[in-house]
Amino acid sequence: MKKVQFTSLSMPYLLLFPQLAIVGIFFLWPAAEAVRSSFYLEDPFGFGSTFVGFDNFVDTVTSSDYGRTARFTAVFTFFVTFLSLAIALLLAVKADKVLRGASTYKTLLMWVYAVAPPVAGLIGLLLFDQHVGPIVDFVALFGWQMQIGVNYYDTATAMIIVSVWKQIPINFIFFLSGLQGISKSVQEAASIDCRSGFRRFWTVTFPLLAPTGFFLLIINITYAFFDTFGIVDVIVKAEPGNNPVTLVYKVFLDGFRGNDLGGSSAQSVILMILVFILTIVQFRLIERRVHYT
Amino acid sequence: MNRLKLSDHLILILGVLFMVSPVVLAFITSTHDALTIFRSGLQFTPGDQMVENYRKVMFEAGGFTKQVDGWVMLQNSLILGLGFAIGKIVISMLAAYAIVYFRFPLGSLCFWIIFSTLLLPLEVRILPSYEIVQSLGMVNTYSGLIVPLIASATATFFFRQFYMSVPDELLEAARIDGAGPWKFFIDILVPLSKTMIAAIFIIMFVFGWNQYLWPTLITTDESFFTLVRGIRQILQVWVGSQIPDYQEAMALAIIAMLPPVIVVVIFQSWFIKGLVESDK
Repeated sequence: MKKVQFTSLSMPYLLLFPQLAIVGIFFLWPAAEAVRSSFYLEDPFGFGSTFVGFDNFVDTVTSSDYGRTARFTAVFTFFVTFLSLAIALLLAVKADKVLRGASTYKTLLMWVYAVAPPVAGLIGLLLFDQHVGPIVDFVALFGWQMQIGVNYYDTATAMIIVSVWKQIPINFIFFLSGLQGISKSVQEAASIDCRSGFRRFWTVTFPLLAPTGFFLLIINITYAFFDTFGIVDVIVKAEPGNNPVTLVYKVFLDGFRGNDLGGSSAQSVILMILVFILTIVQFRLIERRVHYT
Repeated sequence: MNRLKLSDHLILILGVLFMVSPVVLAFITSTHDALTIFRSGLQFTPGDQMVENYRKVMFEAGGFTKQVDGWVMLQNSLILGLGFAIGKIVISMLAAYAIVYFRFPLGSLCFWIIFSTLLLPLEVRILPSYEIVQSLGMVNTYSGLIVPLIASATATFFFRQFYMSVPDELLEAARIDGAGPWKFFIDILVPLSKTMIAAIFIIMFVFGWNQYLWPTLITTDESFFTLVRGIRQILQVWVGSQIPDYQEAMALAIIAMLPPVIVVVIFQSWFIKGLVESDK
Protein backbone atom coordinates (compact mmCIF):
# COMPACT_ATOMS: atom_id res chain seq x y z
CA MET A 1 0.00 0.00 0.00
CA LYS A 2 0.92 3.67 -0.20
CA LYS A 3 3.15 5.26 2.38
CA VAL A 4 1.04 8.41 2.47
CA GLN A 5 -2.66 7.79 2.92
CA PHE A 6 -5.78 9.65 3.84
CA THR A 7 -7.46 8.87 7.10
CA SER A 8 -11.18 9.28 7.08
CA LEU A 9 -13.78 7.40 9.02
CA SER A 10 -16.63 7.32 6.53
CA MET A 11 -15.20 8.06 3.10
CA PRO A 12 -13.49 4.73 2.30
CA TYR A 13 -16.68 2.87 3.19
CA LEU A 14 -18.73 5.16 0.99
CA LEU A 15 -16.30 4.59 -1.89
CA LEU A 16 -16.36 0.85 -1.37
CA PHE A 17 -20.09 0.57 -0.82
CA PRO A 18 -21.26 0.05 -4.44
CA GLN A 19 -18.66 -2.62 -5.13
CA LEU A 20 -19.17 -4.41 -1.82
CA ALA A 21 -22.95 -4.36 -2.23
CA ILE A 22 -22.76 -5.94 -5.69
CA VAL A 23 -20.16 -8.47 -4.58
CA GLY A 24 -22.25 -9.36 -1.55
CA ILE A 25 -25.55 -9.82 -3.38
CA PHE A 26 -24.41 -11.24 -6.69
CA PHE A 27 -21.26 -13.10 -5.71
CA LEU A 28 -20.99 -14.13 -2.07
CA TRP A 29 -24.67 -14.99 -1.68
CA PRO A 30 -24.91 -17.21 -4.80
CA ALA A 31 -21.54 -18.81 -4.06
CA ALA A 32 -22.66 -19.66 -0.53
CA GLU A 33 -25.98 -20.88 -1.92
CA ALA A 34 -24.16 -23.18 -4.34
CA VAL A 35 -22.12 -24.70 -1.51
CA ARG A 36 -25.22 -25.07 0.68
CA SER A 37 -27.45 -26.70 -1.91
CA SER A 38 -24.68 -29.11 -2.91
CA PHE A 39 -25.33 -30.81 0.45
CA TYR A 40 -29.11 -30.94 0.03
CA LEU A 41 -31.50 -32.94 -2.06
CA GLU A 42 -34.09 -30.58 -3.46
CA ASP A 43 -37.55 -31.79 -4.23
CA PRO A 44 -38.10 -31.15 -7.94
CA PHE A 45 -41.59 -29.84 -7.28
CA GLY A 46 -40.37 -27.36 -4.69
CA PHE A 47 -41.58 -29.16 -1.56
CA GLY A 48 -38.57 -28.50 0.68
CA SER A 49 -35.17 -30.13 0.75
CA THR A 50 -33.34 -32.70 2.85
CA PHE A 51 -29.74 -32.69 4.02
CA VAL A 52 -27.86 -35.54 2.35
CA GLY A 53 -24.25 -34.81 3.24
CA PHE A 54 -21.81 -35.73 0.50
CA ASP A 55 -24.33 -37.86 -1.42
CA ASN A 56 -24.60 -35.35 -4.27
CA PHE A 57 -20.84 -35.37 -4.69
CA VAL A 58 -20.62 -39.14 -4.57
CA ASP A 59 -23.49 -39.51 -7.07
CA THR A 60 -21.92 -36.94 -9.37
CA VAL A 61 -18.39 -38.27 -9.37
CA THR A 62 -19.44 -41.90 -9.75
CA SER A 63 -21.95 -41.36 -12.56
CA SER A 64 -20.64 -42.59 -15.90
CA ASP A 65 -22.08 -39.54 -17.62
CA TYR A 66 -19.99 -37.23 -15.47
CA GLY A 67 -16.87 -39.31 -16.07
CA ARG A 68 -17.42 -39.12 -19.81
CA THR A 69 -17.90 -35.35 -19.67
CA ALA A 70 -14.84 -34.90 -17.45
CA ARG A 71 -12.70 -36.95 -19.83
CA PHE A 72 -13.94 -34.99 -22.80
CA THR A 73 -13.28 -31.69 -21.00
CA ALA A 74 -9.71 -32.79 -20.26
CA VAL A 75 -9.04 -33.81 -23.86
CA PHE A 76 -10.78 -30.71 -25.21
CA THR A 77 -8.81 -28.41 -22.87
CA PHE A 78 -5.54 -30.10 -23.81
CA PHE A 79 -6.07 -29.72 -27.57
CA VAL A 80 -7.46 -26.18 -27.40
CA THR A 81 -4.66 -24.97 -25.13
CA PHE A 82 -1.85 -26.74 -26.97
CA LEU A 83 -2.96 -25.88 -30.51
CA SER A 84 -3.88 -22.26 -29.89
CA LEU A 85 -0.64 -21.62 -27.98
CA ALA A 86 1.51 -23.37 -30.62
CA ILE A 87 -0.07 -21.65 -33.62
CA ALA A 88 -0.06 -18.25 -31.89
CA LEU A 89 3.60 -18.64 -30.91
CA LEU A 90 4.60 -19.54 -34.46
CA LEU A 91 2.70 -16.56 -35.87
CA ALA A 92 4.07 -14.18 -33.21
CA VAL A 93 7.67 -15.24 -33.90
CA LYS A 94 7.17 -14.63 -37.61
CA ALA A 95 5.30 -11.35 -37.09
CA ASP A 96 8.11 -10.16 -34.80
CA LYS A 97 10.66 -10.90 -37.55
CA VAL A 98 9.08 -9.31 -40.61
CA LEU A 99 9.45 -5.59 -41.19
CA ARG A 100 7.23 -5.05 -44.20
CA GLY A 101 3.53 -5.17 -43.39
CA ALA A 102 4.09 -6.03 -39.70
CA SER A 103 1.21 -3.90 -38.45
CA THR A 104 -1.17 -5.19 -41.14
CA TYR A 105 -0.41 -8.77 -40.13
CA LYS A 106 -0.88 -7.84 -36.49
CA THR A 107 -4.31 -6.30 -37.09
CA LEU A 108 -5.49 -9.17 -39.28
CA LEU A 109 -4.34 -11.77 -36.77
CA MET A 110 -5.84 -10.18 -33.64
CA TRP A 111 -9.26 -8.80 -34.60
CA VAL A 112 -11.02 -12.14 -34.07
CA TYR A 113 -10.57 -11.42 -30.34
CA ALA A 114 -13.71 -9.28 -30.60
CA VAL A 115 -15.91 -12.02 -32.10
CA ALA A 116 -18.30 -13.51 -29.54
CA PRO A 117 -17.88 -17.28 -28.95
CA PRO A 118 -21.47 -18.15 -30.04
CA VAL A 119 -21.00 -16.11 -33.22
CA ALA A 120 -17.80 -18.05 -33.90
CA GLY A 121 -19.76 -21.21 -33.16
CA LEU A 122 -22.50 -20.27 -35.63
CA ILE A 123 -20.04 -19.62 -38.45
CA GLY A 124 -18.27 -22.88 -37.56
CA LEU A 125 -21.59 -24.70 -37.58
CA LEU A 126 -22.20 -23.67 -41.19
CA LEU A 127 -18.62 -24.39 -42.30
CA PHE A 128 -19.02 -27.90 -40.88
CA ASP A 129 -22.65 -28.32 -41.97
CA GLN A 130 -23.47 -31.59 -43.71
CA HIS A 131 -25.42 -29.93 -46.51
CA VAL A 132 -23.76 -26.59 -47.11
CA GLY A 133 -20.38 -26.78 -45.37
CA PRO A 134 -17.29 -26.48 -47.58
CA ILE A 135 -15.08 -28.19 -44.98
CA VAL A 136 -17.27 -31.29 -45.09
CA ASP A 137 -16.97 -31.34 -48.88
CA PHE A 138 -13.22 -30.89 -48.59
CA VAL A 139 -12.56 -33.70 -46.12
CA ALA A 140 -14.89 -35.96 -48.10
CA LEU A 141 -12.22 -35.89 -50.83
CA PHE A 142 -10.02 -37.82 -48.38
CA GLY A 143 -12.81 -40.23 -47.55
CA TRP A 144 -13.78 -38.65 -44.22
CA GLN A 145 -17.58 -38.47 -43.96
CA MET A 146 -17.87 -35.74 -41.36
CA GLN A 147 -21.19 -35.65 -39.51
CA ILE A 148 -21.42 -32.81 -37.01
CA GLY A 149 -24.08 -33.40 -34.39
CA VAL A 150 -24.30 -37.10 -35.21
CA ASN A 151 -20.79 -38.44 -34.82
CA TYR A 152 -19.28 -37.79 -31.38
CA TYR A 153 -15.71 -37.37 -32.62
CA ASP A 154 -16.62 -35.16 -35.59
CA THR A 155 -18.55 -32.82 -33.31
CA ALA A 156 -15.62 -32.72 -30.89
CA THR A 157 -13.24 -31.92 -33.76
CA ALA A 158 -15.39 -29.01 -34.91
CA MET A 159 -15.63 -27.66 -31.32
CA ILE A 160 -11.86 -27.81 -30.92
CA ILE A 161 -11.15 -26.10 -34.25
CA VAL A 162 -13.61 -23.26 -33.59
CA SER A 163 -12.33 -22.80 -30.03
CA VAL A 164 -8.71 -22.68 -31.23
CA TRP A 165 -9.65 -20.16 -33.91
CA LYS A 166 -11.27 -17.93 -31.32
CA GLN A 167 -8.34 -18.17 -28.87
CA ILE A 168 -5.36 -17.61 -31.20
CA PRO A 169 -5.61 -13.77 -31.19
CA ILE A 170 -5.19 -13.26 -27.45
CA ASN A 171 -2.24 -15.68 -27.30
CA PHE A 172 -0.74 -13.96 -30.33
CA ILE A 173 -1.02 -10.51 -28.68
CA PHE A 174 0.69 -11.70 -25.50
CA PHE A 175 3.44 -13.65 -27.26
CA LEU A 176 4.17 -10.76 -29.62
CA SER A 177 4.43 -8.24 -26.79
CA GLY A 178 6.60 -10.74 -24.90
CA LEU A 179 8.89 -11.10 -27.90
CA GLN A 180 9.11 -7.36 -28.36
CA GLY A 181 10.10 -7.06 -24.72
CA ILE A 182 13.24 -9.15 -25.24
CA SER A 183 16.12 -6.69 -25.45
CA LYS A 184 17.88 -6.23 -28.78
CA SER A 185 21.31 -6.68 -27.19
CA VAL A 186 20.40 -10.17 -25.98
CA GLN A 187 19.19 -11.09 -29.47
CA GLU A 188 22.31 -9.68 -31.13
CA ALA A 189 24.60 -11.47 -28.71
CA ALA A 190 22.73 -14.70 -29.40
CA SER A 191 22.95 -14.27 -33.16
CA ILE A 192 26.72 -13.84 -32.91
CA ASP A 193 27.10 -16.99 -30.81
CA CYS A 194 24.70 -19.16 -32.74
CA ARG A 195 24.00 -19.09 -36.43
CA SER A 196 21.08 -21.49 -36.48
CA GLY A 197 17.90 -19.51 -36.06
CA PHE A 198 16.02 -22.62 -34.99
CA ARG A 199 18.45 -23.46 -32.17
CA ARG A 200 18.62 -19.82 -31.15
CA PHE A 201 14.86 -19.81 -30.72
CA TRP A 202 14.79 -22.88 -28.47
CA THR A 203 17.83 -21.97 -26.35
CA VAL A 204 17.42 -18.19 -25.98
CA THR A 205 14.03 -16.84 -27.03
CA PHE A 206 11.84 -19.68 -25.77
CA PRO A 207 13.16 -19.67 -22.18
CA LEU A 208 12.78 -15.88 -22.07
CA LEU A 209 9.17 -16.28 -23.16
CA ALA A 210 8.47 -18.97 -20.56
CA PRO A 211 6.86 -16.64 -17.97
CA THR A 212 4.44 -15.34 -20.63
CA GLY A 213 3.82 -18.93 -21.69
CA PHE A 214 2.98 -20.14 -18.18
CA PHE A 215 0.68 -17.20 -17.66
CA LEU A 216 -1.07 -17.91 -20.96
CA LEU A 217 -1.35 -21.59 -20.07
CA ILE A 218 -3.59 -20.72 -17.11
CA ILE A 219 -5.57 -18.20 -19.18
CA ASN A 220 -6.13 -20.82 -21.88
CA ILE A 221 -7.19 -23.55 -19.47
CA THR A 222 -9.69 -21.13 -17.93
CA TYR A 223 -10.89 -20.22 -21.43
CA ALA A 224 -11.35 -23.84 -22.49
CA PHE A 225 -13.32 -24.54 -19.31
CA PHE A 226 -15.62 -21.54 -19.11
CA ASP A 227 -15.57 -19.23 -22.11
CA THR A 228 -16.24 -21.94 -24.66
CA PHE A 229 -19.81 -22.32 -23.39
CA GLY A 230 -21.20 -20.33 -26.31
CA ILE A 231 -19.26 -22.36 -28.88
CA VAL A 232 -20.39 -25.67 -27.40
CA ASP A 233 -24.00 -24.53 -27.08
CA VAL A 234 -24.24 -23.37 -30.68
CA ILE A 235 -22.42 -26.35 -32.21
CA VAL A 236 -24.71 -28.83 -30.45
CA LYS A 237 -27.62 -26.55 -31.46
CA ALA A 238 -28.67 -26.16 -27.81
CA GLU A 239 -29.76 -29.84 -27.83
CA PRO A 240 -26.70 -31.89 -26.81
CA GLY A 241 -28.21 -35.39 -26.93
CA ASN A 242 -25.23 -37.71 -27.20
CA ASN A 243 -22.82 -35.01 -28.33
CA PRO A 244 -19.77 -34.10 -26.28
CA VAL A 245 -20.18 -31.21 -23.82
CA THR A 246 -17.84 -29.61 -21.30
CA LEU A 247 -18.22 -29.72 -17.51
CA VAL A 248 -19.51 -26.15 -17.35
CA TYR A 249 -22.12 -26.99 -19.95
CA LYS A 250 -23.20 -29.95 -17.85
CA VAL A 251 -23.67 -27.71 -14.79
CA PHE A 252 -26.04 -25.61 -16.89
CA LEU A 253 -27.76 -28.63 -18.41
CA ASP A 254 -28.39 -30.50 -15.15
CA GLY A 255 -29.40 -27.35 -13.30
CA PHE A 256 -31.75 -25.76 -15.83
CA ARG A 257 -32.95 -28.65 -17.97
CA GLY A 258 -32.64 -31.58 -15.59
CA ASN A 259 -33.82 -29.63 -12.53
CA ASP A 260 -31.19 -31.51 -10.53
CA LEU A 261 -30.34 -28.69 -8.15
CA GLY A 262 -28.17 -30.66 -5.75
CA GLY A 263 -26.21 -32.42 -8.48
CA SER A 264 -25.67 -29.22 -10.42
CA SER A 265 -24.49 -27.44 -7.28
CA ALA A 266 -22.13 -30.27 -6.41
CA GLN A 267 -20.63 -29.96 -9.89
CA SER A 268 -20.34 -26.20 -9.37
CA VAL A 269 -18.47 -26.74 -6.12
CA ILE A 270 -16.08 -29.20 -7.79
CA LEU A 271 -15.37 -26.60 -10.48
CA MET A 272 -14.94 -23.91 -7.82
CA ILE A 273 -12.21 -25.96 -6.18
CA LEU A 274 -10.55 -26.46 -9.55
CA VAL A 275 -10.63 -22.73 -10.39
CA PHE A 276 -9.39 -21.95 -6.91
CA ILE A 277 -6.32 -24.14 -7.48
CA LEU A 278 -5.71 -22.61 -10.91
CA THR A 279 -5.93 -19.09 -9.51
CA ILE A 280 -3.47 -19.83 -6.73
CA VAL A 281 -1.03 -21.24 -9.30
CA GLN A 282 -1.59 -18.11 -11.38
CA PHE A 283 -0.84 -15.77 -8.46
CA ARG A 284 2.30 -17.73 -7.65
CA LEU A 285 3.44 -17.35 -11.26
CA ILE A 286 2.75 -13.62 -11.27
CA GLU A 287 4.87 -13.24 -8.14
CA ARG A 288 7.70 -15.15 -9.77
CA ARG A 289 7.31 -13.14 -12.93
CA VAL A 290 7.65 -9.87 -11.03
CA HIS A 291 10.70 -11.37 -9.35
CA TYR A 292 12.33 -12.03 -12.73
CA THR A 293 11.98 -8.51 -14.07
CA MET B 1 18.16 -14.56 -46.67
CA ASN B 2 15.47 -13.68 -49.16
CA ARG B 3 14.13 -17.20 -49.20
CA LEU B 4 13.91 -17.19 -45.43
CA LYS B 5 11.85 -14.02 -45.49
CA LEU B 6 9.54 -15.48 -48.11
CA SER B 7 8.74 -18.47 -45.89
CA ASP B 8 8.03 -16.11 -42.98
CA HIS B 9 5.51 -14.22 -45.06
CA LEU B 10 4.03 -17.46 -46.30
CA ILE B 11 3.36 -18.68 -42.76
CA LEU B 12 1.88 -15.32 -41.78
CA ILE B 13 -0.34 -15.25 -44.86
CA LEU B 14 -1.57 -18.76 -44.09
CA GLY B 15 -2.29 -17.61 -40.53
CA VAL B 16 -4.19 -14.59 -41.78
CA LEU B 17 -6.19 -16.75 -44.19
CA PHE B 18 -7.10 -19.12 -41.37
CA MET B 19 -8.30 -16.22 -39.21
CA VAL B 20 -10.05 -14.16 -41.86
CA SER B 21 -11.59 -16.57 -44.37
CA PRO B 22 -14.38 -18.00 -42.16
CA VAL B 23 -15.76 -14.51 -41.63
CA VAL B 24 -15.29 -13.48 -45.26
CA LEU B 25 -17.12 -16.63 -46.30
CA ALA B 26 -19.90 -15.84 -43.83
CA PHE B 27 -20.23 -12.36 -45.23
CA ILE B 28 -20.29 -13.49 -48.87
CA THR B 29 -22.86 -16.13 -48.02
CA SER B 30 -25.03 -13.48 -46.39
CA THR B 31 -25.40 -11.78 -49.79
CA HIS B 32 -27.22 -14.72 -51.42
CA ASP B 33 -30.74 -16.09 -51.15
CA ALA B 34 -31.63 -19.16 -49.12
CA LEU B 35 -32.29 -21.43 -52.10
CA THR B 36 -28.90 -20.82 -53.71
CA ILE B 37 -27.11 -21.66 -50.47
CA PHE B 38 -29.32 -24.67 -49.85
CA ARG B 39 -28.62 -26.06 -53.33
CA SER B 40 -24.93 -25.33 -53.68
CA GLY B 41 -23.51 -24.72 -50.22
CA LEU B 42 -21.72 -21.69 -48.81
CA GLN B 43 -20.84 -19.18 -51.50
CA PHE B 44 -17.42 -17.95 -52.58
CA THR B 45 -18.50 -15.11 -54.88
CA PRO B 46 -20.69 -12.15 -53.89
CA GLY B 47 -24.41 -12.35 -54.59
CA ASP B 48 -27.00 -9.64 -55.17
CA GLN B 49 -29.21 -10.12 -52.10
CA MET B 50 -27.07 -8.21 -49.64
CA VAL B 51 -29.26 -5.13 -49.17
CA GLU B 52 -32.42 -7.22 -49.00
CA ASN B 53 -31.02 -9.70 -46.44
CA TYR B 54 -29.55 -7.07 -44.14
CA ARG B 55 -32.68 -4.94 -44.36
CA LYS B 56 -34.78 -7.93 -43.38
CA VAL B 57 -32.56 -8.88 -40.45
CA MET B 58 -32.29 -5.34 -39.16
CA PHE B 59 -35.80 -4.02 -39.64
CA GLU B 60 -38.21 -6.93 -39.91
CA ALA B 61 -39.43 -8.92 -36.95
CA GLY B 62 -40.64 -12.48 -37.47
CA GLY B 63 -37.47 -14.12 -38.79
CA PHE B 64 -35.59 -15.68 -35.92
CA THR B 65 -37.25 -13.55 -33.30
CA LYS B 66 -40.99 -13.17 -33.35
CA GLN B 67 -41.53 -9.65 -32.03
CA VAL B 68 -38.28 -7.74 -32.33
CA ASP B 69 -35.99 -6.87 -35.22
CA GLY B 70 -32.20 -6.60 -35.37
CA TRP B 71 -32.35 -2.91 -34.61
CA VAL B 72 -33.86 -3.50 -31.16
CA MET B 73 -31.29 -6.21 -30.43
CA LEU B 74 -28.51 -3.86 -31.54
CA GLN B 75 -29.75 -1.24 -29.09
CA ASN B 76 -29.92 -3.82 -26.31
CA SER B 77 -26.38 -4.96 -27.10
CA LEU B 78 -25.22 -1.36 -26.89
CA ILE B 79 -27.00 -0.88 -23.56
CA LEU B 80 -25.38 -4.03 -22.20
CA GLY B 81 -21.90 -3.21 -23.55
CA LEU B 82 -21.89 0.44 -22.48
CA GLY B 83 -23.76 -0.10 -19.21
CA PHE B 84 -21.43 -2.89 -18.23
CA ALA B 85 -18.24 -1.02 -19.19
CA ILE B 86 -19.20 2.32 -17.61
CA GLY B 87 -20.71 0.77 -14.48
CA LYS B 88 -17.72 -1.43 -13.94
CA ILE B 89 -15.19 1.36 -14.46
CA VAL B 90 -16.93 3.82 -12.13
CA ILE B 91 -17.49 1.28 -9.35
CA SER B 92 -14.03 -0.20 -9.55
CA MET B 93 -12.23 3.16 -9.71
CA LEU B 94 -13.95 4.22 -6.48
CA ALA B 95 -13.26 0.91 -4.77
CA ALA B 96 -9.61 0.81 -5.85
CA TYR B 97 -9.17 4.41 -4.69
CA ALA B 98 -10.44 3.49 -1.23
CA ILE B 99 -8.20 0.43 -1.05
CA VAL B 100 -5.00 2.14 -2.18
CA TYR B 101 -5.30 5.66 -0.72
CA PHE B 102 -7.04 5.18 2.62
CA ARG B 103 -5.99 3.67 5.89
CA PHE B 104 -9.03 2.32 7.71
CA PRO B 105 -10.01 -0.60 9.88
CA LEU B 106 -11.39 -3.57 7.89
CA GLY B 107 -9.44 -2.28 4.89
CA SER B 108 -7.67 -5.54 4.18
CA LEU B 109 -10.85 -7.53 4.81
CA CYS B 110 -12.65 -5.48 2.14
CA PHE B 111 -9.73 -6.07 -0.18
CA TRP B 112 -9.91 -9.83 0.22
CA ILE B 113 -13.68 -9.95 -0.12
CA ILE B 114 -13.50 -8.05 -3.41
CA PHE B 115 -10.65 -10.07 -4.81
CA SER B 116 -12.22 -13.38 -3.90
CA THR B 117 -14.53 -12.73 -6.86
CA LEU B 118 -11.61 -13.33 -9.20
CA LEU B 119 -11.69 -16.94 -8.03
CA LEU B 120 -15.10 -17.89 -9.34
CA PRO B 121 -16.41 -17.05 -12.80
CA LEU B 122 -20.15 -16.51 -13.16
CA GLU B 123 -20.46 -19.80 -15.01
CA VAL B 124 -19.74 -21.93 -11.93
CA ARG B 125 -22.33 -20.22 -9.74
CA ILE B 126 -24.84 -19.78 -12.51
CA LEU B 127 -27.85 -21.56 -11.00
CA PRO B 128 -27.89 -19.84 -7.58
CA SER B 129 -27.12 -16.49 -9.27
CA TYR B 130 -30.15 -16.96 -11.49
CA GLU B 131 -32.37 -17.87 -8.56
CA ILE B 132 -31.28 -14.84 -6.56
CA VAL B 133 -31.80 -12.46 -9.48
CA GLN B 134 -35.18 -14.05 -10.06
CA SER B 135 -36.20 -13.70 -6.41
CA LEU B 136 -35.24 -10.02 -6.58
CA GLY B 137 -37.60 -9.63 -9.54
CA MET B 138 -34.80 -8.63 -11.89
CA VAL B 139 -35.48 -11.13 -14.69
CA ASN B 140 -36.12 -9.29 -17.97
CA THR B 141 -34.70 -5.98 -16.74
CA TYR B 142 -31.57 -4.16 -17.83
CA SER B 143 -30.27 -4.01 -14.27
CA GLY B 144 -30.69 -7.78 -13.92
CA LEU B 145 -28.77 -8.16 -17.14
CA ILE B 146 -25.90 -5.82 -16.28
CA VAL B 147 -25.37 -5.57 -12.51
CA PRO B 148 -24.62 -9.25 -11.67
CA LEU B 149 -21.95 -9.26 -14.40
CA ILE B 150 -20.20 -6.35 -12.66
CA ALA B 151 -19.59 -8.44 -9.54
CA SER B 152 -16.24 -9.74 -10.77
CA ALA B 153 -13.36 -7.54 -9.62
CA THR B 154 -11.10 -7.66 -12.68
CA ALA B 155 -11.25 -3.90 -13.30
CA THR B 156 -10.75 -3.13 -9.60
CA PHE B 157 -7.61 -5.21 -9.76
CA PHE B 158 -6.34 -3.28 -12.83
CA PHE B 159 -7.01 0.11 -11.25
CA ARG B 160 -5.40 -0.96 -7.99
CA GLN B 161 -2.24 -1.92 -9.90
CA PHE B 162 -2.32 1.41 -11.71
CA TYR B 163 -2.84 3.56 -8.59
CA MET B 164 0.02 1.74 -6.90
CA SER B 165 2.33 2.89 -9.70
CA VAL B 166 1.33 6.55 -9.28
CA PRO B 167 4.20 8.34 -7.43
CA ASP B 168 3.55 9.17 -3.76
CA GLU B 169 4.92 12.68 -4.25
CA LEU B 170 1.74 13.67 -6.09
CA LEU B 171 -0.39 13.04 -3.05
CA GLU B 172 2.08 14.81 -0.75
CA ALA B 173 2.11 17.85 -3.01
CA ALA B 174 -1.68 17.85 -3.27
CA ARG B 175 -2.02 17.68 0.51
CA ILE B 176 0.38 20.58 1.01
CA ASP B 177 -1.81 22.56 -1.35
CA GLY B 178 -4.76 21.68 0.81
CA ALA B 179 -6.57 19.25 -1.50
CA GLY B 180 -8.99 16.86 0.19
CA PRO B 181 -9.47 13.24 -0.84
CA TRP B 182 -12.33 13.95 -3.23
CA LYS B 183 -10.53 16.85 -4.94
CA PHE B 184 -7.37 14.77 -5.30
CA PHE B 185 -9.38 11.97 -6.92
CA ILE B 186 -11.28 14.15 -9.41
CA ASP B 187 -8.56 16.67 -10.28
CA ILE B 188 -5.46 14.53 -10.25
CA LEU B 189 -6.09 10.77 -10.23
CA VAL B 190 -8.91 10.60 -12.81
CA PRO B 191 -7.08 12.72 -15.43
CA LEU B 192 -3.93 10.62 -14.85
CA SER B 193 -5.90 7.42 -15.47
CA LYS B 194 -7.26 8.51 -18.86
CA THR B 195 -5.42 5.99 -21.05
CA MET B 196 -5.98 3.26 -18.49
CA ILE B 197 -9.72 4.06 -18.47
CA ALA B 198 -9.82 3.99 -22.28
CA ALA B 199 -8.04 0.65 -22.44
CA ILE B 200 -10.25 -0.95 -19.81
CA PHE B 201 -13.34 0.55 -21.41
CA ILE B 202 -12.56 -1.19 -24.71
CA ILE B 203 -11.88 -4.55 -23.05
CA MET B 204 -15.03 -4.33 -20.92
CA PHE B 205 -17.25 -3.13 -23.77
CA VAL B 206 -16.24 -6.11 -25.90
CA PHE B 207 -16.67 -8.44 -22.92
CA GLY B 208 -20.14 -7.07 -22.15
CA TRP B 209 -21.28 -7.06 -25.77
CA ASN B 210 -20.21 -10.69 -26.21
CA GLN B 211 -22.02 -12.08 -23.14
CA TYR B 212 -24.13 -15.10 -23.99
CA LEU B 213 -24.96 -17.42 -21.10
CA TRP B 214 -26.18 -14.77 -18.67
CA PRO B 215 -28.42 -12.93 -21.19
CA THR B 216 -29.77 -16.33 -22.30
CA LEU B 217 -30.97 -17.05 -18.78
CA ILE B 218 -32.05 -13.58 -17.71
CA THR B 219 -33.91 -12.43 -20.80
CA THR B 220 -36.88 -14.49 -21.88
CA ASP B 221 -38.76 -11.45 -23.13
CA GLU B 222 -37.64 -10.73 -26.69
CA SER B 223 -37.63 -6.97 -26.19
CA PHE B 224 -34.55 -7.44 -23.99
CA PHE B 225 -32.64 -9.72 -26.41
CA THR B 226 -29.13 -8.73 -27.41
CA LEU B 227 -27.67 -9.65 -30.80
CA VAL B 228 -25.49 -12.37 -29.30
CA ARG B 229 -28.49 -13.72 -27.39
CA GLY B 230 -30.44 -13.64 -30.67
CA ILE B 231 -27.97 -16.12 -32.16
CA ARG B 232 -29.53 -18.79 -29.95
CA GLN B 233 -32.96 -18.19 -31.48
CA ILE B 234 -31.58 -19.09 -34.91
CA LEU B 235 -30.89 -22.61 -33.71
CA GLN B 236 -34.39 -23.08 -32.34
CA VAL B 237 -36.00 -21.84 -35.54
CA TRP B 238 -33.81 -24.09 -37.66
CA VAL B 239 -34.98 -27.28 -36.02
CA GLY B 240 -37.47 -28.74 -38.48
CA SER B 241 -37.35 -26.00 -41.08
CA GLN B 242 -37.22 -27.09 -44.72
CA ILE B 243 -34.79 -24.58 -46.12
CA PRO B 244 -33.00 -22.85 -43.23
CA ASP B 245 -32.40 -19.13 -43.66
CA TYR B 246 -28.63 -19.47 -43.78
CA GLN B 247 -28.21 -16.03 -45.36
CA GLU B 248 -30.09 -14.26 -42.56
CA ALA B 249 -28.19 -16.22 -39.91
CA MET B 250 -24.89 -15.11 -41.42
CA ALA B 251 -26.12 -11.53 -41.73
CA LEU B 252 -27.05 -11.54 -38.05
CA ALA B 253 -23.62 -13.00 -37.18
CA ILE B 254 -21.88 -10.24 -39.15
CA ILE B 255 -23.99 -7.51 -37.51
CA ALA B 256 -23.34 -9.01 -34.07
CA MET B 257 -19.55 -9.00 -34.53
CA LEU B 258 -19.15 -5.70 -36.36
CA PRO B 259 -19.30 -3.12 -33.51
CA PRO B 260 -16.82 -4.85 -31.16
CA VAL B 261 -14.50 -5.67 -34.06
CA ILE B 262 -14.51 -2.03 -35.21
CA VAL B 263 -13.79 -0.80 -31.68
CA VAL B 264 -10.91 -3.25 -31.22
CA VAL B 265 -9.35 -2.51 -34.63
CA ILE B 266 -9.59 1.28 -34.35
CA PHE B 267 -8.32 1.47 -30.79
CA GLN B 268 -5.96 -1.46 -31.03
CA SER B 269 -2.91 0.21 -29.53
CA TRP B 270 -4.84 1.20 -26.39
CA PHE B 271 -6.55 -2.12 -26.28
CA ILE B 272 -3.31 -4.12 -26.53
CA LYS B 273 -1.63 -1.92 -23.94
CA GLY B 274 -4.52 -2.37 -21.56
CA LEU B 275 -4.67 -6.11 -22.10
CA VAL B 276 -0.97 -6.82 -21.77
CA GLU B 277 -0.21 -4.45 -18.93
CA SER B 278 -3.26 -4.98 -16.81
CA ASP B 279 -3.13 -8.75 -16.90
CA LYS B 280 0.35 -8.85 -15.41
